[in-house]
Amino acid sequence: MPDRPGLSRASFVAIGAAATAAIVADPNVAEAVTTPAAPVAPKAPAHPMSMPALGERPEAYAYFTPPEVAFVEAAVERLIPTDHHGPGGKDAGVAYYIDQQLFGRYGRGDTMYTHGPWGAALPTQGYQLKLTPAEVYRLGIAAADAHAMKTYGKLFHALDGAHQDAVLSAFENGTAESDQVPAKTFFGMLLGDAVQGFFADPMYGGNRDKVGWKTIGFPGVGAVYYAAIDKRNVPYVVEPVGIADAMKSQMAIHDGSPVDHVQTRVAGRTTPKEIA
Amino acid sequence: MATLKSVDAVVIGVGWTGGIVATELTKAGLNVVGLERGMYRDTDPDFMVPQVHDELAYGIRYKLFQDAAKETYTFRNNSSQTALPIRQFGSFIPGDGLGGAGVHWNGVTWRFLPWDFQTRSQTIARYGAGILGDDCTSQDWGITYDQLEPFYDRFEYLCGIGGKAGNLNGKKIPGGNVFEGPRKRDYPNPPMKQQYAGELFTKGVTELGYHPFPQPSANSTRPYTNPEGAQIGLCVYCGYCERYSCEMGAKASLQTTLLPQLRKNPRFELRTGAHVLRVNLDSSGKRAVSVTYIDGMGQEQTQPADMIYVAAFALNNVRMLLLSKIGKPYDPVTNTGVVGRNYAYQVNTGATLFYEGRHFNNFMASGAIGTVIDDFNGDNYDHTNLDFIGGADLAQSNSNARPILYHPTPPGTPKWGAAWKDAVVKYYNNSASLNAQGGCQSYRGNYLDLDPTYNDAYGQPLMRMTMDWYKHEHKQSAFMVEKLNAIGKAMGAKQTSAAALPEHYDIVPYQSTHNVGGAVMGSDPQTSVVNTFGQSWDVSNVFVLGASSFPQNAGYNPTGTVGALAYHTMDAVVNRYIKSPGPLA
Repeated sequence: MPDRPGLSRASFVAIGAAATAAIVADPNVAEAVTTPAAPVAPKAPAHPMSMPALGERPEAYAYFTPPEVAFVEAAVERLIPTDHHGPGGKDAGVAYYIDQQLFGRYGRGDTMYTHGPWGAALPTQGYQLKLTPAEVYRLGIAAADAHAMKTYGKLFHALDGAHQDAVLSAFENGTAESDQVPAKTFFGMLLGDAVQGFFADPMYGGNRDKVGWKTIGFPGVGAVYYAAIDKRNVPYVVEPVGIADAMKSQMAIHDGSPVDHVQTRVAGRTTPKEIA
Repeated sequence: MATLKSVDAVVIGVGWTGGIVATELTKAGLNVVGLERGMYRDTDPDFMVPQVHDELAYGIRYKLFQDAAKETYTFRNNSSQTALPIRQFGSFIPGDGLGGAGVHWNGVTWRFLPWDFQTRSQTIARYGAGILGDDCTSQDWGITYDQLEPFYDRFEYLCGIGGKAGNLNGKKIPGGNVFEGPRKRDYPNPPMKQQYAGELFTKGVTELGYHPFPQPSANSTRPYTNPEGAQIGLCVYCGYCERYSCEMGAKASLQTTLLPQLRKNPRFELRTGAHVLRVNLDSSGKRAVSVTYIDGMGQEQTQPADMIYVAAFALNNVRMLLLSKIGKPYDPVTNTGVVGRNYAYQVNTGATLFYEGRHFNNFMASGAIGTVIDDFNGDNYDHTNLDFIGGADLAQSNSNARPILYHPTPPGTPKWGAAWKDAVVKYYNNSASLNAQGGCQSYRGNYLDLDPTYNDAYGQPLMRMTMDWYKHEHKQSAFMVEKLNAIGKAMGAKQTSAAALPEHYDIVPYQSTHNVGGAVMGSDPQTSVVNTFGQSWDVSNVFVLGASSFPQNAGYNPTGTVGALAYHTMDAVVNRYIKSPGPLA
């Protein structure tokens, strides 16, 4: 019945058999699923919490040149400053996050339709530059440093905070001179990527030690809130969990060790008849 | 190029409608080939935590979505402009892969109102034709709610929808949606739990005299075995639903409802990685003979079949018809032709409510969790002095609080810096959302055709979308802003920020992937592409399934109606067409 060996039904069934459905077939199992939902006794101090000193970071920059590193590290700290809520963009690793993103598919524009022609765009037509995101940063950073030098006589990273904010505002408002990339486009990309870096899973290099999540009280990859959702207007205080933590705790499950509020691999329960 | 052995039916796109087609045809004894451009995927191991709870990969980088680098659309607001490609998806994000958008949807599963199917005739009967305006091309569907009721029922029981009936055989039931059309029986499962904000909403809108009810949900509220024998898991309110796949097997999808049987079915063959280029017609142009696709190895294949089902995403269905030259393309200048005509969208008017000293914990959520009023949907309220038709389901629903996309700040807050961070920290857990998901009328100026300039990765023209907001959308949105602000106040918010539609439709901010129309159904071949069975008027062995058949959009999520229409089509195919192929209407 299969017309082509590579796409045979036999291989389809084989794939299907290897896969097993997530099934919660009886109430006892359902109960087991809900059990881990109760928040554990707070190991972490109540939120907002004082932030511990963050450790030495092992990362290095793959895309940014040294002058670009100086700009981006300074800029993300102005966009997301260190304050009484905790560390800001620089210590959260946001510049490193952006560097990694620009080095990869996103930076190269591999996720975008990149063919021309590139016409004059209406605002409602969205991004229409020929530049990749990585190229926008290269040109935008150069323009920002040139603007800082021309206006205040120093490169951006060497300015005080108020002057750095003035440079950023000039790009936000589009009033800064920027010949090769629209100032607003560069600023919008920088701000959007900085926020992503602060809140994305720590495995991407920002949100170091889950500092972004701790700052706002987001529990991270979370998972099972079946019981907790019934509580009304009470804080849910847990140590946030990232993907890397949860993958470690999957191993802990196999060891029989207790888990945190993360329910992992729920669908790992297989039904023998699916395999037969 | 190879020509393969002929089969009874080929299905283009294996998502919700493709899965229903394959299931029903194989039950009737036919052999079916499913062509899916994306990859094979199933709950285990593809949807497993913790990897699937990754906001960057799924929510921002669109892991489960159509790759814009390969295939996108061009866009302009009106036909005097030059359309440019949507280089990265924003306003809407079509899905990709086995199960289609049914893998990453939120699971909100509605029946449209009886009025929605007779928009034009009932509007004229109640208000006169003047309220529609000259350019409005909204029309009746050619089918009524009552005709579709048994098929809504089938889809709801397939999915195990949780909800509360508001109209059982004409008897109104408080606590359900008292505005809904009569249903023969209740939902298969009880409603979802409510969030804290949902409780405030229920109290507030009740005080205002409205009629709140739980949003009908395909996030399963108890372990459920559906009529196909598939077992659906229990939703645990993980807060990663729309744009994500479900690790619990608890969100109704092809994988959880139909695939367990299809997988074992010797009459069904799935070919993944198969990108269909076109449907081929015979020399008369009245009969489809085969489908040509590029397989996973990059080789061109031609699969002959007696019946061909175009079952991709709504926009891609329309493009497939245009590329295959099935049906006459719409010409907006002469207002003739049908393929691409009556493209419509969805009007989302949102509001954020800001509080102090609360703990909403909106990260505990499901995609379809929520509480709704239908008091301002469809024609449930008097439009006599309003100069617009239609309305919105008005919902309190926080389907998540994933922080890259959800960190609301009150209007006037700087976008960065210390004041921004302060406000983000203060309001992250002190905010809730309201949304009026509005219907969208069809107009002469909103249509789809093939772009003259830009091609996809396979060298075929991209589809061009010409779309803007017109009278009914702007006036509806302004009306809903008032309602949202009043409800926010009744819910005790310190501040409610509701925003009406901008002047022009903007492709950048995400709004909705409820793109509808372009291959609409009807009773008149001059104004529809398919009959009420989704069958092409021009090529009667081609069926086109999905929201491409909606002549305009209702103030609801479309999937319930998409599923019901697919079952309606298959009922006619199995009981009539197979015995005697030819036009069903």
